[in-house]
Amino acid sequence: MHNPPDLRYTPTHEWVRWDGELATVGITRFAVEQLTEPTYLELPALGSTVEAGKPFGVIESVKSTSDLYAPLSGVVAERNSELLDDPASGRKGNLALILEDPFGRGWLIKIRPQPPVSLEHLLTAEQYEAQLAAEGH
Amino acid sequence: MSTLLRTALYDWHLAQGARIVPFAGWAMPLQYEGIVAEHLAVRKEAGMFDISHMGRLRCRGAGATQLLDSVCTNAIAPMQAGQVRYSLLCHERGGVLDDVLVYRWAEEEYSLVVNAANRDKVLAWLEQHRRSAAVQIQDETLATAMVAVQGPAAAAAVADLFADDLRRLKYYFACRTWCGSTAVWASRTGYTGEDGFEIVLPAEAALELWERLRGRGVKPCGLGARDTLRLEAGMPLYGHELTEEINPIQAGLAWAVKFSKGDFIGRSALEQARQDRTLPVRVGLEIEGRRAARRGHRVLSAEGQAVGTVTSGSFCPYLELSLAMAYVMPDSAAVGTPLQIELPGAFLRAAVVPLPFYKRTPAG
Repeated sequence: MHNPPDLRYTPTHEWVRWDGELATVGITRFAVEQLTEPTYLELPALGSTVEAGKPFGVIESVKSTSDLYAPLSGVVAERNSELLDDPASGRKGNLALILEDPFGRGWLIKIRPQPPVSLEHLLTAEQYEAQLAAEGH
Repeated sequence: MSTLLRTALYDWHLAQGARIVPFAGWAMPLQYEGIVAEHLAVRKEAGMFDISHMGRLRCRGAGATQLLDSVCTNAIAPMQAGQVRYSLLCHERGGVLDDVLVYRWAEEEYSLVVNAANRDKVLAWLEQHRRSAAVQIQDETLATAMVAVQGPAAAAAVADLFADDLRRLKYYFACRTWCGSTAVWASRTGYTGEDGFEIVLPAEAALELWERLRGRGVKPCGLGARDTLRLEAGMPLYGHELTEEINPIQAGLAWAVKFSKGDFIGRSALEQARQDRTLPVRVGLEIEGRRAARRGHRVLSAEGQAVGTVTSGSFCPYLELSLAMAYVMPDSAAVGTPLQIELPGAFLRAAVVPLPFYKRTPAG
């Protein structure tokens, strides 16, 4: 499955990369392959708060609609502007990045954790892969 | 997935890295390269589908015509040999048991192509209504394979593959012919809104035909693209737009119900349904933006009154529109009626538009 070992994971297929200040959140390659090609993405506004375990957005494909779940609580500090339409310039967001590079350029949002938390409650790559195996994938 | 049926092309699908999903008791390819690429290939060039999961039933012997005319809403007796007709099978209350293609080969010889999920139900229904012991009903599904070739380049792709030139087949006609030394039957039919052919052949011959089509540049397409293509073409899907609780009049399929032909199962219920203005009817919806409506979402009037339910919906790759089919009350069904779709946590603006959403421009 090649889930990077330096990331933490949720049972709902989000990943988190922690740089000591911000938590970058995306969805795993497994999730995006289940979804097939993304056609629509909804992310929370900058400065809004997200709550651990609660939906923070929606991703859709020609096949299905999925909620995105926040791995931790905090404030939305960044959104991946490459993915989003830019009405000012008329540029269309490139959702294909999520499919092509889910752990890299296809990241979704960065969260400033509030209150500050450790990521110990999230799955390691090994635990996440064990979950996928248990589900028969 | 060990209990799922496998088509003759299953190993090929696996070897090509297709994503396999369970579908109506079969292990079927959902996609190879991707649903959008496969969808666009069918609209712009040619794609092929393994549709071996569809049920293939043979019905022949003295009384076959009478049997099929009694269970089908469409008229069977006037069909010419070589003709194919779309029909509904209804129960006595007018609900749809299945939608089928009827192929007439001879005076008392037919093939039926039925939905995979309904194969056993249709077989039992035919047996139950067979009045003559001379009528034989055979299930040929497992011994055969079925391949659909669809798209503007489909005719060129099948040229000279068969003893008879399929390009000479008229729309909704079929022939029995040869592919090398293999007996096959083929029809100019399909489920994508494009020109195309559906070919039935012995299971053991499927791989060779598939590879030859591949060699002609026909792109393998999975069930994912099949679903978005049929949605864009406004075609009903059994289990979504058609169920035993829905009658063909509501579904907008009155053209496949021939009251002039005499009695058939469900006739009196359908005659009543024709007068009934209280039942929801099938409509096409165009949705503002890129979010999709999905099966089960509620349809509301512009004022917020519940008026119906979505049966299928997706962002459609060729038209690049979010489209849906829904059943709504007749006073909300007129083209242009503004409606809303209720999603968890969101309302989408929508309007009733004519079906089909996509209609191909005839060649020439």
